[in-house]
Amino acid sequence: MAKRVAIVGTGQTFHKSHRPDVNGQELINEAVLRALTDADLKMKDIDAIVIGNMDHFEGINYVDCWSVDGSGGTMKPIIKLTTGGTTGCTVAIGGYHLVGSGMFDRVLIIGWEKNSESDTTGAITTAFDPVWDRLVFAGAISGLAAEAQAYIARYGASERDGARVSVRDRKHAMNNPHAQLRKEVSLEEVLASPMLADPIHLLDVCPRSDGACAVIMASEDVAEKICPKPDWIWGTAARHSYSYLGDDDYGRLTSMREGSQELWKKAGIKEPRKELDVIELYQPYSFGGLIWIEDMGIVGPGEAPRYIWDGNTDMGGELPINPSGGVIATNPIGATGLIRCAEAAMQVMGKAEGRQVPDVNFAFSSGFGGCWWTDMILHGKKKPK
Amino acid sequence: MDRAAIIGVGTTKIEKCKVGETFADMAWEAVNKALSDAGMSIDDIDNVVTTSSDFWDGRTISCMAVGDASGAAHKNISCVEGDGTYGAFYGMTRSLSGSYKTTLVTGHSKGSQSVSSLITNSAFDPIYERALGMDMVTACAMQAKSYMHRTKTTPEQLARVSVKNHGNALKNPLSQLPMKITVKDVLESEMIADPLHKLDCSPISDGCAAVIIAHESIAANFKQKPVWIKGVSFCADSFFFGDRDLSRARSLTEAAKKAYAMAGIKNPKKEIDVVELYDAFTYQELMWLEEMGLADDSMAGKLLEKGEFNIDGRLPVNASGGLLSGHPVIAAGLYSMAAVVRQIRGDAGGFQVKKAKTGLVHGVNGLGGQSHCVFILDKDK
Amino acid sequence: MSDQFQGIEPMVYNSKINVPYSWWAGDTASKFYLTLRDEKKIIGTKCGACNKVFLPPRKVCPSCFTENTQWVNVSDEGTVITFTVARRQFASIPHDKKLPVIWGLIKLDGADTAMLHYLDEIKPENVTIGMRVKAVFSEGRKGTIRDISHFKPV
Repeated sequence: MAKRVAIVGTGQTFHKSHRPDVNGQELINEAVLRALTDADLKMKDIDAIVIGNMDHFEGINYVDCWSVDGSGGTMKPIIKLTTGGTTGCTVAIGGYHLVGSGMFDRVLIIGWEKNSESDTTGAITTAFDPVWDRLVFAGAISGLAAEAQAYIARYGASERDGARVSVRDRKHAMNNPHAQLRKEVSLEEVLASPMLADPIHLLDVCPRSDGACAVIMASEDVAEKICPKPDWIWGTAARHSYSYLGDDDYGRLTSMREGSQELWKKAGIKEPRKELDVIELYQPYSFGGLIWIEDMGIVGPGEAPRYIWDGNTDMGGELPINPSGGVIATNPIGATGLIRCAEAAMQVMGKAEGRQVPDVNFAFSSGFGGCWWTDMILHGKKKPK
Repeated sequence: MDRAAIIGVGTTKIEKCKVGETFADMAWEAVNKALSDAGMSIDDIDNVVTTSSDFWDGRTISCMAVGDASGAAHKNISCVEGDGTYGAFYGMTRSLSGSYKTTLVTGHSKGSQSVSSLITNSAFDPIYERALGMDMVTACAMQAKSYMHRTKTTPEQLARVSVKNHGNALKNPLSQLPMKITVKDVLESEMIADPLHKLDCSPISDGCAAVIIAHESIAANFKQKPVWIKGVSFCADSFFFGDRDLSRARSLTEAAKKAYAMAGIKNPKKEIDVVELYDAFTYQELMWLEEMGLADDSMAGKLLEKGEFNIDGRLPVNASGGLLSGHPVIAAGLYSMAAVVRQIRGDAGGFQVKKAKTGLVHGVNGLGGQSHCVFILDKDK
Repeated sequence: MSDQFQGIEPMVYNSKINVPYSWWAGDTASKFYLTLRDEKKIIGTKCGACNKVFLPPRKVCPSCFTENTQWVNVSDEGTVITFTVARRQFASIPHDKKLPVIWGLIKLDGADTAMLHYLDEIKPENVTIGMRVKAVFSEGRKGTIRDISHFKPV
């Protein structure tokens, strides 16, 4: 019989732009130790490890093998999953299946990145097809700018709408001691910041970080013994459809729409806006926070700017988004999706300290990356049927 | 625990250089072959796991190259980075966790498109080791030295593995290097890195393989009789060579032990009928056989001389020709898996062994066999 | 599929991916390398729980999963555990090393794990497992693993 799966512990580093005091294995180890402490488990209790990062950000081949001193993988099953920016969510989903299959009772999931060690744009550029796309591709920002432009043209949104999202997330980050960027920004500051690729300003977009995150998932047979109020995984979905830059429908995130529709159906969610209590969205740039919550079905097409200006997604609002400060405040790419998962789990478990949303029943976390890909997880307080 | 079975396999021919094909082309071929083998359409596939390596492909997010060609456009998909056996493991859990019933697992690489030495050099720690310039070949050569020193296995015994496997490949139309060679040929071939000669080493290859893994509730619904996954486990040793006993593979011993236990196997030497293991280099066939308990300590070389592991021997090993006859990294474990599946079905054609009820599939990840994965497949559930 | 491509020459693009790296060594490795560079001394970390001495030094003991806070001196002499000799100029070999290149796993006295390095000032056919070797330090040391030039027989 398949097992139901819950998150019983999380840990993350205090993310910084550079961590010269540790190498990669040591960075991983910090997050792992914190997660073990949070779950009150020892390394020997862990049955298997899933780890992920984006190879070309650290230049290490066979990372699962290399990481063992830090990840605790010596003489354990350890496996690497990687899917680009969605990696953090992908590894969480990986842990979910490893436990859900009944093969392992307690799985440690690790996402990490030391973005300071490499040329981020140089590495990202290698994702794209060397014959068709790579020679004209100008880094992740240009693709996002194209999406933002398409959305603005279709729905009459503006740069100010994007900036409002940045303001929200940077304010939320003030409540999160782990976030890298902990300084509020005003609307004017965002709009006055250097233009990177129209309409994306510097303050609309995420930083590069060194950081690691670890999450421990356990099967229903043991979860409640480890953690009396764990975070139950209600469902996961992923869509990685497009392989060439011109394949996508710019202005709409098809992978988010398809994936979330599958997720709501599987979980019996009829009105996500009403039934979700908090969202940790993998939002590498501000406009994503407008476009993608529409694709999720929170509000209709073109309605996100109004919804956000009305304060609905701020702390204290109807549906807070990114209480952690999100990706705009912290972005160790291989970890980022897992941090969303960990933050959502902390919300459900009531462990979110100064950024806790009250009475969380359902939380949603997502990963974004690659060629417009989205991975997502639905977290719940109650045990799924 | 629920059971899973392999219900379809598809493999491209392994070639030195598939110059006219991209990763996606190879995936398209392997996936279609697997679907046709299983009697399924792409709509019967619930989700996809691709196995690829960013380093080997020279592409960040290497899975992006094959997703669409693997039929994943509107499906759930993930990617494992490691040998195909690891991809198959994850694919199996996805068929067992309640979310999906059928999982398509693919694995690919085009060794011809890259400089393997630099790629495997990147597996060494950048702070303490990488600058010394070792790579997979020299790392394995170092391990071979250590193994031969401890077990007194001879260069002739190593050469015999090459003779056997290249000879087996003559019966495998998908193989890259079917060859009729002698021990003398191997020992006289260029010394690459002591003690490994050129013919002790697997070639650089291109290839893609796909397997379809199904939950037991529907495994019998398709064209083929299911081949059951009765036991499986994987395990990683320490990373730094200096932390390990290179002449041993304790992580393989552990993985094999757990896989045997899960499959209810008490005496693997007697109960395993056919083996496809990771022979990237000749010494590895002998070493892995000992470390997984299929040959007594230090005895594999002698048993090989007696013909024990020949295709008509007591325990046929690498009847397909093994990786020595064609080694697309990453995909390798899935090729081994496809070979054992075919043996168990009685479908292996020219390299079919007589008795094949229970088979062992083995894959390796990392430098010098740091991490191992062992599958026990069976005709019966 | 192949018929429609008859007579069409497959194109091959040659390129290199250019992703420069600078790896943070971290405090532990930094201490090791600064000591190597400035004092020509080899030091390892010791686990307070199991007493194992690690070379290369580790911040955390991989078995006990506790932080190693003790540093100990390790001898510059040790035993060859295993070795290999490159007879082909692999692309990974640094350009200044000429064939044959010999690497060894050397267990230095005082350490519980062996370290990877070059063996030199010896003919490949004379290298044996179990032989004793001693570190030779490079003249110009920059805080890298090549601050040790190689190990030579004693």
